[in-house]
Amino acid sequence: MRRIVYAMMGTVSALVLLFSYHTSLGSSSSETGNANANNGTGTGASSSGETSGDPSEASGSSGSSGSSGSSNSSSSGTYTGDAVDTQWGVVQVKITVKNGKITRAEAVQYPSGNGRDQEINAYAVPQLNSEVIAAQSGNIDAVSGATVTSGGYLQSLQSAIDQAKL
Amino acid sequence: MISIGAASSDPSALPTFDRGTGFTGSAEHPRRAFVEQIMGLPISVHVRGPKARGPEVAGAVTELFTALRADDERFSTWKPASPVSRIRRGEMSLEDADPRILEVAALCEEATRRTGGAFSAWLPGPDGEPAFDPSGLVKGWAVEQAFDALVERLDRLGAAEGFGAHDVLVSAGGDVAVQCARTDTPDWRIGIEDPRDRRRILLSVPLRRGAVATSGTAARGQHILDPTTGRPPAGLLSATVIGPRLTWADVYATAAFVRGRDAATWIATIADHAAVLVDLEGILETVCPAG
Repeated sequence: MRRIVYAMMGTVSALVLLFSYHTSLGSSSSETGNANANNGTGTGASSSGETSGDPSEASGSSGSSGSSGSSNSSSSGTYTGDAVDTQWGVVQVKITVKNGKITRAEAVQYPSGNGRDQEINAYAVPQLNSEVIAAQSGNIDAVSGATVTSGGYLQSLQSAIDQAKL
Repeated sequence: MISIGAASSDPSALPTFDRGTGFTGSAEHPRRAFVEQIMGLPISVHVRGPKARGPEVAGAVTELFTALRADDERFSTWKPASPVSRIRRGEMSLEDADPRILEVAALCEEATRRTGGAFSAWLPGPDGEPAFDPSGLVKGWAVEQAFDALVERLDRLGAAEGFGAHDVLVSAGGDVAVQCARTDTPDWRIGIEDPRDRRRILLSVPLRRGAVATSGTAARGQHILDPTTGRPPAGLLSATVIGPRLTWADVYATAAFVRGRDAATWIATIADHAAVLVDLEGILETVCPAG
Protein backbone atom coordinates (compact mmCIF):
# COMPACT_ATOMS: atom_id res chain seq x y z
CA MET A 1 0.00 0.00 0.00
CA ARG A 2 2.69 2.43 0.96
CA ARG A 3 4.46 2.00 -2.34
CA ILE A 4 1.27 2.77 -4.21
CA VAL A 5 0.80 5.83 -2.10
CA TYR A 6 4.26 7.07 -2.97
CA ALA A 7 3.63 6.55 -6.64
CA MET A 8 0.50 8.60 -6.33
CA MET A 9 2.36 11.24 -4.38
CA GLY A 10 4.81 11.60 -7.24
CA THR A 11 1.90 12.41 -9.49
CA VAL A 12 0.47 14.77 -6.95
CA SER A 13 3.76 16.62 -6.62
CA ALA A 14 3.82 17.11 -10.34
CA LEU A 15 0.27 18.41 -10.21
CA VAL A 16 1.16 20.83 -7.45
CA LEU A 17 3.91 22.25 -9.58
CA LEU A 18 1.66 22.54 -12.58
CA PHE A 19 -0.79 24.50 -10.50
CA SER A 20 1.93 26.59 -8.96
CA TYR A 21 3.69 27.43 -12.16
CA HIS A 22 2.02 30.03 -14.20
CA THR A 23 2.64 33.49 -15.41
CA SER A 24 0.37 36.34 -14.61
CA LEU A 25 -0.91 38.60 -17.31
CA GLY A 26 1.37 37.35 -19.99
CA SER A 27 0.48 37.47 -23.62
CA SER A 28 -3.00 36.29 -24.30
CA SER A 29 -1.96 33.40 -26.49
CA SER A 30 0.21 31.79 -23.83
CA GLU A 31 -2.50 32.38 -21.22
CA THR A 32 -4.88 30.36 -23.27
CA GLY A 33 -2.34 27.58 -23.45
CA ASN A 34 -1.85 27.60 -19.70
CA ALA A 35 -5.56 27.62 -19.05
CA ASN A 36 -6.03 24.58 -21.21
CA ALA A 37 -3.19 22.74 -19.50
CA ASN A 38 -4.63 23.52 -16.09
CA ASN A 39 -8.05 22.55 -17.22
CA GLY A 40 -6.91 19.10 -18.23
CA THR A 41 -4.93 18.58 -15.07
CA GLY A 42 -7.70 19.81 -12.86
CA THR A 43 -10.16 17.44 -14.38
CA GLY A 44 -7.83 14.52 -13.86
CA ALA A 45 -7.17 15.44 -10.26
CA SER A 46 -10.83 15.87 -9.53
CA SER A 47 -11.76 12.53 -10.96
CA SER A 48 -9.32 10.75 -8.69
CA GLY A 49 -11.31 11.89 -5.71
CA GLU A 50 -14.82 11.97 -6.99
CA THR A 51 -15.94 8.69 -5.48
CA SER A 52 -15.56 9.91 -1.95
CA GLY A 53 -17.71 12.07 0.23
CA ASP A 54 -16.61 14.77 2.61
CA PRO A 55 -12.83 14.63 3.04
CA SER A 56 -13.27 15.09 6.77
CA GLU A 57 -14.90 11.69 6.92
CA ALA A 58 -11.68 10.04 5.89
CA SER A 59 -10.34 8.01 8.73
CA GLY A 60 -6.87 8.25 10.10
CA SER A 61 -5.03 11.11 11.64
CA SER A 62 -2.50 13.32 10.05
CA GLY A 63 0.80 11.56 9.70
CA SER A 64 3.83 13.37 10.94
CA SER A 65 6.33 14.50 8.39
CA GLY A 66 8.83 11.92 7.34
CA SER A 67 6.55 9.66 5.41
CA SER A 68 4.94 7.66 8.17
CA GLY A 69 1.24 7.17 7.78
CA SER A 70 -1.25 6.23 10.41
CA SER A 71 -4.40 4.46 9.47
CA ASN A 72 -7.19 2.47 10.96
CA SER A 73 -7.36 0.07 8.09
CA SER A 74 -4.92 -0.99 5.45
CA SER A 75 -6.38 1.26 2.78
CA SER A 76 -7.44 4.41 4.58
CA GLY A 77 -5.54 7.18 6.28
CA THR A 78 -3.54 10.31 5.85
CA TYR A 79 0.00 10.19 4.57
CA THR A 80 2.62 12.87 4.38
CA GLY A 81 5.24 12.41 1.73
CA ASP A 82 8.89 13.35 1.91
CA ALA A 83 9.80 16.90 1.09
CA VAL A 84 10.94 16.88 -2.53
CA ASP A 85 13.38 19.42 -3.84
CA THR A 86 12.21 20.61 -7.22
CA GLN A 87 13.38 23.30 -9.56
CA TRP A 88 10.74 25.59 -8.12
CA GLY A 89 11.52 24.84 -4.49
CA VAL A 90 10.62 22.30 -1.86
CA VAL A 91 7.28 20.56 -2.23
CA GLN A 92 5.73 18.23 0.33
CA VAL A 93 2.33 16.70 -0.19
CA LYS A 94 -0.17 15.20 2.24
CA ILE A 95 -2.82 12.88 0.87
CA THR A 96 -5.88 11.36 2.41
CA VAL A 97 -6.77 7.86 1.26
CA LYS A 98 -10.11 6.26 1.79
CA ASN A 99 -10.79 2.73 0.64
CA GLY A 100 -7.72 2.80 -1.54
CA LYS A 101 -8.59 6.04 -3.32
CA ILE A 102 -7.08 9.47 -2.82
CA THR A 103 -9.86 11.64 -1.53
CA ARG A 104 -7.77 14.70 -0.86
CA ALA A 105 -4.33 15.93 -1.71
CA GLU A 106 -2.76 19.08 -0.38
CA ALA A 107 0.66 20.56 -0.25
CA VAL A 108 1.86 21.01 3.31
CA GLN A 109 4.92 22.72 1.95
CA TYR A 110 5.12 24.48 -1.38
CA PRO A 111 7.66 26.73 -3.05
CA SER A 112 7.93 30.04 -1.30
CA GLY A 113 10.56 32.42 -0.13
CA ASN A 114 12.68 31.55 -3.14
CA GLY A 115 11.47 34.50 -5.11
CA ARG A 116 9.30 32.37 -7.32
CA ASP A 117 6.05 33.29 -5.59
CA GLN A 118 7.01 36.95 -5.48
CA GLU A 119 7.79 36.74 -9.18
CA ILE A 120 4.42 35.20 -9.96
CA ASN A 121 2.61 37.74 -7.82
CA ALA A 122 4.54 40.79 -8.91
CA TYR A 123 2.59 43.70 -10.30
CA ALA A 124 2.31 43.45 -14.06
CA VAL A 125 0.76 46.06 -16.29
CA PRO A 126 -2.32 44.42 -17.78
CA GLN A 127 -2.47 44.06 -21.52
CA LEU A 128 -5.88 45.51 -22.24
CA ASN A 129 -6.45 43.61 -25.43
CA SER A 130 -9.51 42.06 -26.95
CA GLU A 131 -9.10 38.91 -24.88
CA VAL A 132 -9.70 40.97 -21.79
CA ILE A 133 -12.54 42.95 -23.29
CA ALA A 134 -14.30 39.77 -24.32
CA ALA A 135 -14.88 38.85 -20.70
CA GLN A 136 -18.49 39.67 -20.03
CA SER A 137 -19.02 36.87 -17.57
CA GLY A 138 -20.34 37.56 -14.11
CA ASN A 139 -17.28 35.87 -12.70
CA ILE A 140 -15.59 38.94 -11.26
CA ASP A 141 -14.34 39.73 -7.77
CA ALA A 142 -14.80 43.48 -7.61
CA VAL A 143 -16.20 46.35 -9.63
CA SER A 144 -14.28 49.51 -10.33
CA GLY A 145 -16.47 52.44 -11.19
CA ALA A 146 -17.39 55.96 -10.29
CA THR A 147 -17.47 56.13 -6.51
CA VAL A 148 -20.28 54.16 -4.97
CA THR A 149 -21.67 55.92 -1.93
CA SER A 150 -22.95 54.10 1.13
CA GLY A 151 -26.47 54.98 0.02
CA GLY A 152 -25.95 53.47 -3.41
CA TYR A 153 -24.20 50.37 -2.19
CA LEU A 154 -27.22 48.09 -1.90
CA GLN A 155 -28.02 48.60 -5.58
CA SER A 156 -24.43 48.08 -6.71
CA LEU A 157 -22.86 45.12 -8.43
CA GLN A 158 -20.23 45.04 -5.68
CA SER A 159 -22.99 44.46 -3.15
CA ALA A 160 -24.17 41.43 -5.08
CA ILE A 161 -20.62 40.05 -5.25
CA ASP A 162 -20.09 40.61 -1.52
CA GLN A 163 -23.39 38.97 -0.64
CA ALA A 164 -22.30 35.82 -2.40
CA LYS A 165 -19.20 35.56 -0.21
CA LEU A 166 -20.31 36.90 3.17
CA MET B 1 -2.45 24.67 1.61
CA ILE B 2 -2.92 23.73 -1.99
CA SER B 3 -5.83 21.43 -2.32
CA ILE B 4 -6.10 19.57 -5.55
CA GLY B 5 -9.34 18.06 -6.58
CA ALA B 6 -10.47 17.96 -2.99
CA ALA B 7 -13.47 15.70 -2.92
CA SER B 8 -16.68 17.55 -2.49
CA SER B 9 -20.31 16.79 -2.93
CA ASP B 10 -20.97 20.40 -3.86
CA PRO B 11 -20.44 20.92 -7.61
CA SER B 12 -20.10 24.68 -7.14
CA ALA B 13 -17.00 24.06 -5.02
CA LEU B 14 -15.16 22.56 -7.98
CA PRO B 15 -12.77 24.77 -9.89
CA THR B 16 -14.35 26.79 -12.65
CA PHE B 17 -12.61 27.60 -15.89
CA ASP B 18 -13.03 30.59 -18.09
CA ARG B 19 -10.69 30.61 -21.05
CA GLY B 20 -11.60 34.12 -22.08
CA THR B 21 -9.43 35.78 -19.46
CA GLY B 22 -6.08 35.49 -17.80
CA PHE B 23 -7.08 32.48 -15.74
CA THR B 24 -4.12 30.99 -13.97
CA GLY B 25 -4.62 29.02 -10.76
CA SER B 26 -7.39 26.63 -9.92
CA ALA B 27 -7.22 25.72 -6.24
CA GLU B 28 -10.39 26.32 -4.30
CA HIS B 29 -9.96 27.92 -0.91
CA PRO B 30 -12.38 29.21 1.65
CA ARG B 31 -13.26 32.81 1.02
CA ARG B 32 -14.98 35.48 3.00
CA ALA B 33 -16.20 39.00 2.34
CA PHE B 34 -16.48 41.70 4.99
CA VAL B 35 -18.29 45.00 4.39
CA GLU B 36 -18.48 48.15 6.48
CA GLN B 37 -19.50 51.70 5.68
CA ILE B 38 -16.71 54.18 6.43
CA MET B 39 -16.01 57.68 5.06
CA GLY B 40 -19.42 57.49 3.43
CA LEU B 41 -18.19 54.55 1.35
CA PRO B 42 -18.84 50.85 1.36
CA ILE B 43 -15.52 49.16 2.15
CA SER B 44 -15.49 45.53 0.97
CA VAL B 45 -12.68 43.20 2.02
CA HIS B 46 -12.33 39.75 0.46
CA VAL B 47 -9.88 37.20 1.86
CA ARG B 48 -9.23 33.78 0.36
CA GLY B 49 -7.03 31.07 1.79
CA PRO B 50 -7.27 28.11 4.13
CA LYS B 51 -8.25 30.14 7.20
CA ALA B 52 -10.27 32.85 5.48
CA ARG B 53 -13.33 32.06 7.54
CA GLY B 54 -11.45 31.77 10.82
CA PRO B 55 -11.38 34.22 13.74
CA GLU B 56 -7.76 35.31 13.15
CA VAL B 57 -8.57 36.64 9.67
CA ALA B 58 -11.73 38.33 10.97
CA GLY B 59 -9.63 40.02 13.66
CA ALA B 60 -7.05 41.19 11.11
CA VAL B 61 -9.81 42.65 8.90
CA THR B 62 -11.40 44.39 11.90
CA GLU B 63 -8.11 46.24 12.41
CA LEU B 64 -8.32 47.52 8.81
CA PHE B 65 -11.78 48.98 9.48
CA THR B 66 -10.56 50.50 12.77
CA ALA B 67 -7.62 52.18 11.00
CA LEU B 68 -9.90 53.61 8.30
CA ARG B 69 -12.29 55.00 10.92
CA ALA B 70 -9.38 56.72 12.65
CA ASP B 71 -8.32 58.32 9.36
CA ASP B 72 -11.92 59.39 8.76
CA GLU B 73 -11.87 61.23 12.10
CA ARG B 74 -8.63 62.93 11.03
CA PHE B 75 -9.38 63.87 7.44
CA SER B 76 -13.13 64.30 7.16
CA THR B 77 -14.25 67.63 5.72
CA TRP B 78 -17.79 66.77 6.85
CA LYS B 79 -17.04 66.35 10.55
CA PRO B 80 -16.64 69.85 12.05
CA ALA B 81 -14.31 68.62 14.82
CA SER B 82 -11.81 66.84 12.54
CA PRO B 83 -8.32 68.38 12.33
CA VAL B 84 -8.73 68.93 8.59
CA SER B 85 -12.03 70.80 9.17
CA ARG B 86 -10.27 72.98 11.75
CA ILE B 87 -7.46 73.68 9.28
CA ARG B 88 -10.07 74.62 6.66
CA ARG B 89 -11.68 77.09 9.06
CA GLY B 90 -8.29 78.56 9.90
CA GLU B 91 -8.46 77.45 13.54
CA MET B 92 -5.29 75.43 13.16
CA SER B 93 -2.34 75.75 10.84
CA LEU B 94 -1.34 72.91 8.58
CA GLU B 95 2.17 73.01 10.08
CA ASP B 96 0.76 72.04 13.51
CA ALA B 97 -1.16 69.04 12.20
CA ASP B 98 -0.24 65.45 13.06
CA PRO B 99 2.31 63.58 10.92
CA ARG B 100 -0.30 61.69 8.89
CA ILE B 101 -1.93 64.95 7.79
CA LEU B 102 1.47 66.41 6.93
CA GLU B 103 2.28 63.29 4.92
CA VAL B 104 -0.97 63.64 2.98
CA ALA B 105 -0.36 67.34 2.40
CA ALA B 106 3.06 66.50 0.96
CA LEU B 107 1.58 63.76 -1.22
CA CYS B 108 -1.03 66.22 -2.50
CA GLU B 109 1.75 68.60 -3.57
CA GLU B 110 3.49 65.70 -5.31
CA ALA B 111 0.21 64.76 -7.00
CA THR B 112 -0.26 68.30 -8.30
CA ARG B 113 3.25 68.19 -9.72
CA ARG B 114 2.85 64.74 -11.31
CA THR B 115 -0.48 65.62 -12.90
CA GLY B 116 0.56 68.99 -14.24
CA GLY B 117 -2.04 70.71 -12.06
CA ALA B 118 -4.95 68.44 -12.96
CA PHE B 119 -5.07 67.34 -9.32
CA SER B 120 -5.09 69.85 -6.48
CA ALA B 121 -5.82 69.78 -2.76
CA TRP B 122 -6.63 73.50 -2.84
CA LEU B 123 -10.17 73.80 -4.09
CA PRO B 124 -12.69 76.60 -3.62
CA GLY B 125 -14.25 76.36 -0.15
CA PRO B 126 -17.73 77.53 0.84
CA ASP B 127 -16.58 81.16 0.67
CA GLY B 128 -15.03 80.68 -2.75
CA GLU B 129 -11.49 80.99 -1.40
CA PRO B 130 -9.13 78.03 -1.91
CA ALA B 131 -9.13 75.78 1.15
CA PHE B 132 -7.12 72.69 2.01
CA ASP B 133 -9.18 69.68 0.83
CA PRO B 134 -7.14 66.49 0.55
CA SER B 135 -10.29 64.36 0.05
CA GLY B 136 -9.35 63.50 -3.53
CA LEU B 137 -6.20 61.74 -2.36
CA VAL B 138 -7.03 60.67 1.20
CA LYS B 139 -9.45 57.90 0.35
CA GLY B 140 -7.04 55.99 -1.89
CA TRP B 141 -4.10 56.65 0.41
CA ALA B 142 -5.90 55.62 3.62
CA VAL B 143 -7.22 52.45 1.99
CA GLU B 144 -3.76 51.63 0.60
CA GLN B 145 -2.19 52.08 4.04
CA ALA B 146 -4.82 49.93 5.76
CA PHE B 147 -4.58 47.37 2.96
CA ASP B 148 -0.76 47.13 3.30
CA ALA B 149 -1.12 46.65 7.06
CA LEU B 150 -3.69 43.87 6.52
CA VAL B 151 -1.36 42.13 4.06
CA GLU B 152 1.42 42.30 6.66
CA ARG B 153 -0.82 40.91 9.39
CA LEU B 154 -1.86 38.03 7.14
CA ASP B 155 1.80 37.39 6.29
CA ARG B 156 2.62 37.14 9.99
CA LEU B 157 -0.33 34.83 10.62
CA GLY B 158 0.67 32.78 7.59
CA ALA B 159 4.13 32.22 9.00
CA ALA B 160 2.60 30.08 11.74
CA GLU B 161 2.57 26.37 11.00
CA GLY B 162 -0.57 25.18 9.30
CA PHE B 163 -2.08 28.63 8.73
CA GLY B 164 -1.10 29.16 5.12
CA ALA B 165 -0.93 32.13 2.81
CA HIS B 166 -3.96 34.32 2.06
CA ASP B 167 -4.91 36.60 -0.83
CA VAL B 168 -6.66 39.91 -0.20
CA LEU B 169 -8.89 42.28 -2.16
CA VAL B 170 -10.19 45.58 -0.84
CA SER B 171 -12.72 47.74 -2.66
CA ALA B 172 -13.50 51.20 -1.35
CA GLY B 173 -16.54 52.46 -3.22
CA GLY B 174 -15.17 51.27 -6.56
CA ASP B 175 -11.43 51.76 -6.05
CA VAL B 176 -9.79 48.38 -5.68
CA ALA B 177 -6.47 47.06 -4.33
CA VAL B 178 -5.47 43.40 -4.59
CA GLN B 179 -2.60 41.24 -3.46
CA CYS B 180 -1.86 37.54 -3.81
CA ALA B 181 0.38 35.70 -1.40
CA ARG B 182 -0.64 32.37 -2.92
CA THR B 183 0.50 31.02 -6.26
CA ASP B 184 -2.25 28.43 -6.72
CA THR B 185 -5.18 30.84 -6.95
CA PRO B 186 -6.73 32.47 -10.00
CA ASP B 187 -6.04 36.14 -10.67
CA TRP B 188 -8.41 38.53 -8.98
CA ARG B 189 -10.75 39.84 -11.66
CA ILE B 190 -11.76 43.47 -11.51
CA GLY B 191 -14.72 44.45 -13.65
CA ILE B 192 -14.80 47.98 -15.00
CA GLU B 193 -18.33 49.27 -14.99
CA ASP B 194 -20.07 50.88 -17.93
CA PRO B 195 -20.64 54.52 -16.93
CA ARG B 196 -23.82 54.62 -19.03
CA ASP B 197 -25.32 51.52 -17.44
CA ARG B 198 -23.90 50.74 -14.03
CA ARG B 199 -25.29 47.22 -14.02
CA ARG B 200 -23.01 46.35 -16.93
CA ILE B 201 -19.33 45.51 -16.95
CA LEU B 202 -17.35 46.90 -19.89
CA LEU B 203 -14.37 44.64 -19.41
CA SER B 204 -12.59 42.79 -16.70
CA VAL B 205 -8.95 43.07 -15.74
CA PRO B 206 -7.06 40.13 -14.24
CA LEU B 207 -4.63 41.22 -11.55
CA ARG B 208 -2.55 39.46 -8.89
CA ARG B 209 -1.12 42.57 -7.32
CA GLY B 210 -1.97 46.19 -7.89
CA ALA B 211 -4.83 48.63 -7.92
CA VAL B 212 -7.68 49.77 -10.13
CA ALA B 213 -9.30 53.18 -9.63
CA THR B 214 -12.07 54.83 -11.59
CA SER B 215 -13.07 58.47 -11.71
CA GLY B 216 -16.33 59.57 -13.21
CA THR B 217 -19.59 61.25 -12.53
CA ALA B 218 -22.02 58.35 -12.89
CA ALA B 219 -22.52 57.73 -9.16
CA ARG B 220 -22.51 61.13 -7.56
CA GLY B 221 -23.17 63.57 -10.36
CA GLN B 222 -20.77 66.43 -10.96
CA HIS B 223 -18.52 66.35 -7.91
CA ILE B 224 -15.15 66.76 -9.59
CA LEU B 225 -13.86 70.20 -10.48
CA ASP B 226 -11.02 71.10 -12.83
CA PRO B 227 -8.62 73.06 -10.57
CA THR B 228 -7.45 75.15 -13.52
CA THR B 229 -10.95 76.32 -14.52
CA GLY B 230 -13.02 75.70 -11.36
CA ARG B 231 -15.61 74.00 -13.55
CA PRO B 232 -16.62 70.36 -13.97
CA PRO B 233 -14.45 68.67 -16.60
CA ALA B 234 -15.91 67.61 -19.92
CA GLY B 235 -14.77 65.07 -22.44
CA LEU B 236 -15.00 61.73 -20.62
CA LEU B 237 -17.69 59.72 -18.88
CA SER B 238 -15.13 57.82 -16.85
CA ALA B 239 -11.41 57.19 -16.53
CA THR B 240 -10.04 53.99 -15.02
CA VAL B 241 -6.37 53.63 -14.19
CA ILE B 242 -4.59 50.38 -13.30
CA GLY B 243 -1.27 50.59 -11.50
CA PRO B 244 0.85 49.13 -8.73
CA ARG B 245 -0.41 51.38 -5.90
CA LEU B 246 -3.92 52.58 -5.10
CA THR B 247 -2.90 56.10 -4.07
CA TRP B 248 -1.45 56.87 -7.47
CA ALA B 249 -3.95 54.90 -9.55
CA ASP B 250 -6.63 56.99 -7.83
CA VAL B 251 -4.83 60.32 -8.37
CA TYR B 252 -4.08 59.50 -12.01
CA ALA B 253 -7.69 58.44 -12.62
CA THR B 254 -8.94 61.75 -11.24
CA ALA B 255 -6.38 63.66 -13.30
CA ALA B 256 -7.21 61.71 -16.47
CA PHE B 257 -10.90 62.45 -15.98
CA VAL B 258 -10.15 66.15 -15.45
CA ARG B 259 -7.93 66.25 -18.52
CA GLY B 260 -10.69 64.76 -20.62
CA ARG B 261 -9.79 64.57 -24.27
CA ASP B 262 -6.03 64.60 -23.87
CA ALA B 263 -6.11 61.98 -21.08
CA ALA B 264 -4.91 59.16 -23.34
CA THR B 265 -1.77 60.91 -24.54
CA TRP B 266 -1.00 62.02 -20.99
CA ILE B 267 -1.51 58.65 -19.30
CA ALA B 268 0.68 56.97 -21.94
CA THR B 269 3.63 58.94 -20.56
CA ILE B 270 3.31 57.35 -17.10
CA ALA B 271 5.28 54.16 -16.59
CA ASP B 272 3.64 51.02 -15.20
CA HIS B 273 0.09 52.27 -15.59
CA ALA B 274 -2.69 51.33 -17.97
CA ALA B 275 -5.99 53.12 -18.49
CA VAL B 276 -9.48 52.58 -19.79
CA LEU B 277 -11.22 55.77 -20.92
CA VAL B 278 -14.87 56.08 -21.88
CA ASP B 279 -15.75 59.19 -23.86
CA LEU B 280 -19.07 61.03 -24.04
CA GLU B 281 -20.25 58.84 -26.91
CA GLY B 282 -19.46 55.76 -24.84
CA ILE B 283 -16.47 54.87 -26.97
CA LEU B 284 -13.81 52.93 -25.14
CA GLU B 285 -10.14 53.72 -25.40
CA THR B 286 -7.55 51.55 -23.70
CA VAL B 287 -4.06 52.87 -23.03
CA CYS B 288 -1.12 50.60 -22.26
CA PRO B 289 2.44 51.73 -21.78
CA ALA B 290 4.68 51.08 -24.74
CA GLY B 291 6.41 47.72 -24.78
